[in-house]
Amino acid sequence: MAEYQNIFTQVQVQGTPEWGMDDNGTMMAERGFAPRFNTLLGWFGNAQLGPIYLGWTGLISAATMILYLNIVGLNMLAQVGWSIPEFLRQGFWLALEPPSPEYGLSIPPLHDGGWYIIASFFLLVSVMTWWLRAYLLAQQHKMGKHVAWAFASAIWLFLVLGLFRPVLMGSWSEAVPYGIFPHLDWTTAFSIRYGNLYYNPFHCLSIVFLYGSVLLFAMHGATILAVTRFGGDRELEQIYDRGTATERAALFWRWTMGFNATMEGIHRWAWWFAVLTPITGGIGILLTGTVVDNWFIWAQEHNFAPMYDGSYGYEAYGTYDAFIGQEN
Amino acid sequence: MLPKWFNDWNKSNPTNIFGPAILVGAAGGAVFLAALLITWGQPYATESMQTGPRGTGMSVPEFNVDRLAADPTIAGYVAADDITDDMIAEVSDAALANVPPALEGMPEDEYARLLVAMRSWTGIPDLMEDPENYQTQVAYSMVEMVQNINEGWIGHVQYNAEVGVNCYTCHRGQAVPSDIWFRIAPVNEVAEGWAAVQNRVTVQSQFTSLPSDALEAYLLNYEQIAVHNLDSRVAENPSDPGVRTWQDTERTYSLMNYVSNSLGVNCVFCHNSRAFYDGAQVTPQWATESLGISMVLELNNDYLVPLRDTYPENRLGPVYADAPKAACKTCHKGYQQPLQGLNMVADWPSLTLVGGGFD
Repeated sequence: MAEYQNIFTQVQVQGTPEWGMDDNGTMMAERGFAPRFNTLLGWFGNAQLGPIYLGWTGLISAATMILYLNIVGLNMLAQVGWSIPEFLRQGFWLALEPPSPEYGLSIPPLHDGGWYIIASFFLLVSVMTWWLRAYLLAQQHKMGKHVAWAFASAIWLFLVLGLFRPVLMGSWSEAVPYGIFPHLDWTTAFSIRYGNLYYNPFHCLSIVFLYGSVLLFAMHGATILAVTRFGGDRELEQIYDRGTATERAALFWRWTMGFNATMEGIHRWAWWFAVLTPITGGIGILLTGTVVDNWFIWAQEHNFAPMYDGSYGYEAYGTYDAFIGQEN
Repeated sequence: MLPKWFNDWNKSNPTNIFGPAILVGAAGGAVFLAALLITWGQPYATESMQTGPRGTGMSVPEFNVDRLAADPTIAGYVAADDITDDMIAEVSDAALANVPPALEGMPEDEYARLLVAMRSWTGIPDLMEDPENYQTQVAYSMVEMVQNINEGWIGHVQYNAEVGVNCYTCHRGQAVPSDIWFRIAPVNEVAEGWAAVQNRVTVQSQFTSLPSDALEAYLLNYEQIAVHNLDSRVAENPSDPGVRTWQDTERTYSLMNYVSNSLGVNCVFCHNSRAFYDGAQVTPQWATESLGISMVLELNNDYLVPLRDTYPENRLGPVYADAPKAACKTCHKGYQQPLQGLNMVADWPSLTLVGGGFD
């Protein structure tokens, strides 16, 4: 019997493309890109590529995203004197930076953050219309809005970084640069400037939920794959009519750690862990520089960071001569 | 190509050879690697130098191949004993008459020996021969600078032991020392302010996307390095003048990255990384390094920048035609101690005091 599995599927379904419903005969007009089949894609998931439904929200989102990317890219290109080779060579180093601090919340000159503000506006429109698209598509399918609200949690962090916190700080210069390495530089500098973000309890929570999401995803994925032979991959059927797959999976975890999630509940665990990652992270960022300026000192004031007891152990420290093997 | 009997036999005896082949290959490879490791040893073995309290992870690790290898420029160093009478005899009277002001009163034979050494250290064979030559003029100032470093900055250059500096500490046999630097910011076209000074692959940024004006700001223009608030909450606005911003932190990070590359160390050589700013948690090296930063500020502003008009054009910077400047790497060249702690002043007492110590 042929096996039909994802990630390196041995059998692919390729035939007449599936176009979706067309109740009143006019809906096809909104669906773009004639569907095609792709063997490579079929190894990873569905072999059918397209059609895609953009709608007005998708079109606005795509258009503003293209504008955003072009403003960022053309600024980078201008910074290297319109040299394509330099643009490629230094691409990961280049960035569109926020304004200098002295401009506060006023509109800065184009060459010192003005383009950044314009690009950020288009990015904001793009992200928000994409969110609306996720919401409206779910509505049209009579689905719950779980995807849209999960996306909204990521947008919360995005808005904190680029809008809410800069406004509270009174300066657009607090926003994150648009560049590969430069946004990492910002992250490091942000942590160090505010006395080590690892002592920010909301940063701690965010890490917990991030790593927790990874762990839950691995546990759930592994569990379902492990009981697939008993029909466990038909999760919806198993939710309302528990079978031997669910019984075995539950028993496995109960014997392993004394507790098991339920066939339905595991998806709520996963959703909340994932959603709480940017929610708690965003709270942590929003408090930084607005409410707390030095997290290490804050952590000591709240008995959260330990002090050393003073025995610094200098006698155990190495000398340079000994280190390079030249001690007399 | 193969004989018929073999093809026939092959066809009638279908066998999966891939499974056993992969198994044998993997096992054989593992045995081969294990044998290499056991007989030749771990090629990437490291050693760590502890720099902080136990259990805090404060240590400077280094590959043994780098750690135990001697700085190759040590072999090229000419000490007083290496200078023969013949070499001294070759020094011309013109050069002997041309004593740098900072060595006024030095006995002629001592000066001749020092001059032979200085010519070797700087790789300038006719140093001091012609008083009008710009190299001679620069050398006057450099002798003074070396004396000032050894006397005034003894806390930095003799922190661990008698080490000190002489011409060779920077020059290493080259007329122009390696690892000097020039001002280059702004580095981006059609950009101003914060956007203009960073995000380019430059030597000044140590090939990172961090600001390229850190050396200029902190080792030439006396800008403040500290960026932290020392209270958990301080009411201030980043757009107010003098308020420390994350942009200042990024520029400081650029400087610190340069320092760590210059010394071949990491953050925890000087800092406890859980609280970079906290003076109660820094290591003893932090104080040495702070002295070094003050020293470099003085060297650049009092000795190197004023020489700008003495140099010919081809010795000046590519963007601003500014004088070449020094920083950590100009002496350290990637080692915790320049020339791995070689004593540079024992033979040369005249270089250890401002004015040479001659009455």
